Amino acid sequence: MTRLDTPASLSARPDFLAIARWIRRDAKVLDLGCGDGSLLRHLREARGVTGYGMEIADANVLACVKAGVNVLQSDLESGLSGFEDGSFDYVILSQTLQAIRHTERIVREMLRVGREGIVTFPNFGYWRPRLQVMFGNMPVSKTLPYEWYDTPNIHLFTIDDFENFCARHGIRILEKNIMVEGRPVTWMPNLRGSLAVYRFDRA
Amino acid sequence: MPPEGSIGVVSPGIALFEEPIALKSGARLERYELAYETYGTLNAARTNAVLVCHALNASHHVAGVYANDADNVGWWDNLIGPGKPVDTNRFFVVGINNIGGCHGSTGPASINPATGKPWGADFPVVTVEDWVEAQSRLATRLGIDRFAAVMGGSLGAMQAMQWAIDQPARVAHSIVIAAAPKLSAQNIAFNEVARQAITTDPDFHGGNYYSQGVVPRRGLRIARMIGHITYLSDDAMAEKFGRELRGGGLKFNFDVEFQIESYLRHQADKFAERFDANTYLRITKALDYFDPAAARGGNLSAALEGAGAKFLVVSFTSDWRFSPARSREIVKALLDNRLDVSYAEIDAPHGHDAFLMEDPRYHNLLRAYFDNIAREVAA
Repeated sequence: MTRLDTPASLSARPDFLAIARWIRRDAKVLDLGCGDGSLLRHLREARGVTGYGMEIADANVLACVKAGVNVLQSDLESGLSGFEDGSFDYVILSQTLQAIRHTERIVREMLRVGREGIVTFPNFGYWRPRLQVMFGNMPVSKTLPYEWYDTPNIHLFTIDDFENFCARHGIRILEKNIMVEGRPVTWMPNLRGSLAVYRFDRA
Repeated sequence: MPPEGSIGVVSPGIALFEEPIALKSGARLERYELAYETYGTLNAARTNAVLVCHALNASHHVAGVYANDADNVGWWDNLIGPGKPVDTNRFFVVGINNIGGCHGSTGPASINPATGKPWGADFPVVTVEDWVEAQSRLATRLGIDRFAAVMGGSLGAMQAMQWAIDQPARVAHSIVIAAAPKLSAQNIAFNEVARQAITTDPDFHGGNYYSQGVVPRRGLRIARMIGHITYLSDDAMAEKFGRELRGGGLKFNFDVEFQIESYLRHQADKFAERFDANTYLRITKALDYFDPAAARGGNLSAALEGAGAKFLVVSFTSDWRFSPARSREIVKALLDNRLDVSYAEIDAPHGHDAFLMEDPRYHNLLRAYFDNIAREVAA
């Protein structure tokens, strides 16, 4: 699983900064689809966490090892069966949920091996993609940078969709942070926010 | 000629130990020798040492060639040398022939001081724990308090794990490649076939064949063939040999016909020339006995509780002898202990032997990992 983008720096990833603010010091963290390990590196430096990333792509595994980040090469789709219940304080899935085939299973697994889950995702309900669809084309933007025919994003959803999903699956939302261009959005977030970050546990 | 980029001509050393070593079996060796090689230079702070542990049929000759035997290239020469992933310009690399071996260290073919004759059948069964203890004594002798890394593949990787358990203060990184936390019944079964081949060879003489002027060649050959089959993948064999025949067509007899038969016989002949049958028996036993979790009721996580090393665990997708699932058991136990660990599953076709091959994904990973170690120890 590869991330939507490969940021040049952390400032390009406002969701990372939001996550870092939520995570307790010295926590044990699993980052699913950890990319080049930049979130884990940041969490280790800023919060002293013991972090592990999970990645399938050889190039990302190598990048993590170069960065001195713990990385476990494995396919998210095959589940987290290697981990005991409650092995981690937090399990993070940043900008990857929309690219996972078995959405329900991965979220269930996140809350089995972790006490809390954190997901970030591009909001398909943001006004720009809505407008693009209204004018008759599938949306292509900074947060959704693919054409319909080459996108890894097979489960696009909105903030409202995600909250409904949580309600239906016994998931309690603990905290959320909706953003556009890195700035928080509180008024009409499903229309005005392009990026969502949620922290949740089992209700 | 040494391969391009090799460290070149190297020479082994022998270290004699007069202080007895108590083996796990209860036996004792009053004195013993260890054959070893070193490459590179130990830095002033003595922080840049890397121990390379050998597997079943290798030795302390890890890299380079010998002045009088230019074809005898070290078994991990493609990984270890100047500018290589384990860079001998930065690291002081140590290879040690384990006790019970047949490449210069005290083993079954050595003279038993109590009798003045070769040990033969009386040479004790040795374990991975015994080897780690002996290696640590040589490390002390070489002035190494703590290894920057202890590494190995297969049985060598088991030693790297055992180091982290038995000598936690003396190993900063443990690099565990193509390993298993213990052998499966199937693994032991293959070893038992190999041992039976040797012990039922009429030239074995109960292990005391040295005085008879013979070696159990037939047994050793079959042991090697069995082993070799398990080191390769079905795909690698198909790719390399397929059903190709040496001659034009079928001969309807039992001579060498298929290329794979020819290859196995050649490997077997080479092996029987240079390897000692008693050593083979003991090394396969050491493999069978390896089970660090056993002392903790089968709980590998508990066995690794005292470990403090950082780990790199590597497996190969086509390795059916020690499959990736076995490496993931190790990774899980390390995670349970919150130890630093990275795990790579290299998609390589060569089977168990992949750990000896030059695969760019594999070697780039080790290079990156060792670059970081070099930074840590300012090598």
